Amino acid sequence: MSEEEILFQQRIDAELKVEPKDWMPEKYRQNLIRQISQHAHSEVIGMQPEGNWITRAPTLHRKSILLAKIQDEGGHGLYLYSAAETLGISREELVQALHSGAAKYASIFNYPALTWADMGAIGWLVDGAAIVNQISLQRTSYGPYARSMVRICKEESFHQRQGYHIMMVLMQGSQEQQAMAQDALDRFWWPSLMMFGPHDAESANSTQSMKWKIKRKSNDELRQKFIDQSVKQAEVIGLKIPDPALKWNKAREHYDFGKIDWDEFARVIKGDGPCNRQRLQHHIRTHNEGAWVRDAVAAYEAKHKKQPTRAA
Amino acid sequence: MLIDKSQLKIFVLRLADDALVIAHRLSEWCSHGPSLEEDLALTNVALDYMGRARMFYGYAAEIAGDGSTEDTYAYDRDCRDFTNLLIHELPRGDFAFTMARQYLVDEFNLAYMELLQQSKDPTLAAIATKANKEGLYHLRRSRKWLLRLGDGTAESHNRLQQAMEDIWGYTTELFEMDELEQAIVEAGIGVNAIHLHPQWKQRVTATLTEATITVPSSDWAVTGGRKGIHTEALGHILSDMQFLQRAYPGQQW
Amino acid sequence: MKLYEVFIRSRRGLDHKHTGSLLADSPEQALEYARDIYTRRSEGVSIWVVSSADIIASQETDCESFYDPHDDKPYRHAAHYQLPDEVNSM
Repeated sequence: MSEEEILFQQRIDAELKVEPKDWMPEKYRQNLIRQISQHAHSEVIGMQPEGNWITRAPTLHRKSILLAKIQDEGGHGLYLYSAAETLGISREELVQALHSGAAKYASIFNYPALTWADMGAIGWLVDGAAIVNQISLQRTSYGPYARSMVRICKEESFHQRQGYHIMMVLMQGSQEQQAMAQDALDRFWWPSLMMFGPHDAESANSTQSMKWKIKRKSNDELRQKFIDQSVKQAEVIGLKIPDPALKWNKAREHYDFGKIDWDEFARVIKGDGPCNRQRLQHHIRTHNEGAWVRDAVAAYEAKHKKQPTRAA
Repeated sequence: MLIDKSQLKIFVLRLADDALVIAHRLSEWCSHGPSLEEDLALTNVALDYMGRARMFYGYAAEIAGDGSTEDTYAYDRDCRDFTNLLIHELPRGDFAFTMARQYLVDEFNLAYMELLQQSKDPTLAAIATKANKEGLYHLRRSRKWLLRLGDGTAESHNRLQQAMEDIWGYTTELFEMDELEQAIVEAGIGVNAIHLHPQWKQRVTATLTEATITVPSSDWAVTGGRKGIHTEALGHILSDMQFLQRAYPGQQW
Repeated sequence: MKLYEVFIRSRRGLDHKHTGSLLADSPEQALEYARDIYTRRSEGVSIWVVSSADIIASQETDCESFYDPHDDKPYRHAAHYQLPDEVNSM
């Protein structure tokens, strides 16, 4: 390790945040760009499955909630792009990486949102899993990332609750509604567990990320925390988690759970998810369709350069 | 002249339908915006209109006093019962179309809500006061977008000009008054839309001129929304919007 | 589009605080987008936007020469002066 790297690691170990203009190992920078942009892309691609239900929300109240929630996801994507941009990469470059397939997004969004109960399952489980991860990331070593996580966690507190509330009301409803809720849980449970990534032993980026305190808790720790909290939540409203192996382990003081189908995980990431192509094409199409608008603003501003109002 | 409750309810539902239908069109932009920033900004406008619709529907339900709710009106009525002005229901089109419509409606709404604040009906006056604040910002945004698109590139100019041509004939209806609205105005509750036209025309002309857009000729006009004679687009809005309530009637969500 | 930094005053009497950044084509557009993006929950009563390129920032390498010289001036702080208990609230 070079002297700079040793000093860098000492700071990290002392829980001092790294800030944009600080010296940092190139690999730390690359690792962060990969993780933050993947996180940002996930927020933005994640707008699609729920966006698909805005016009069909069953009450005006639910419609307003859903719209505000999806807007928040867009905002969170934006906060994260901003954090990534402090590392010397532009939004355009980040978006291009998404479009070329070089950058990833959370694979859960490759699953379709088929019924209204999926709005409940996504809020409760997908946002719930994301929040478990994000809470630990509030202490990540890179300052701008940590600060955007603080903001995101604060705003997301309603996301999981509104999703759970949808499930709760469905479970208090007709048999059809209850079946709808159970079906959504059945489809989203395992993919939600996969959101935490491969088991620690198989996670390629984990060791270095933990050492640099980019990640603060391991995939398996976070996944366990999520499972432990979800079991009771399901029980309270009468939902059954689709895992016959799920059982409280007194010695570990955690739930044991069944084997995750990592083949499915790999297949869906690779492109065999029901919606991979649509998600990416939606984003590319929207980006391309917006080009003439962005060009128009740039042309207009070039013609009408004006002094801004002074701050007061 | 006094008006009865059922007349007031019809009037309130018109305002509610206008707000809901345009909120629906705006909400279709979510995750389709030309930039992430604009996506969020458009959603704010959609949420404002959705909030406005809910206040008007809620008031209609209160007037009816028959156990109906805001959702009864949004989800249980068919095409012929909706009385929104047609301009609100036109498909969102491209960004130029959406912004052209928005600007024309924003100019109208701001003037309308400003006067509705003086309504003798305190609920309507209160909703108008809130709408007026939102409207100031909506207009600031949409007016600026017209300038950018009109005086941006050749493509944006052409798209905006085309959008104006396609929408213009639907603006006539904004300034129409029927007997019911006349009675509402005479009762000191509503706004005489006819009186808003000269100022609207003047302001719109000024903006379009600044945006280097030609004001379309007024040689066509489509009306009928207040009577439930709609474009075919409304039925598709409703089949989307009401799908769950129709498929699973009488449930809580 | 270029990068703008956003500063929000959360209520009157407080300082503007850096909140985040966004992309816009003009200062005016940046201001409106800041309103739309960073005050969705009524977080602010005043917004400043600054083009990121216009910010002059001190460098990490300047730290020693900038801040260390202030470390040896304890007499600037109230606690430096030991006073009798009776008057120590001074």
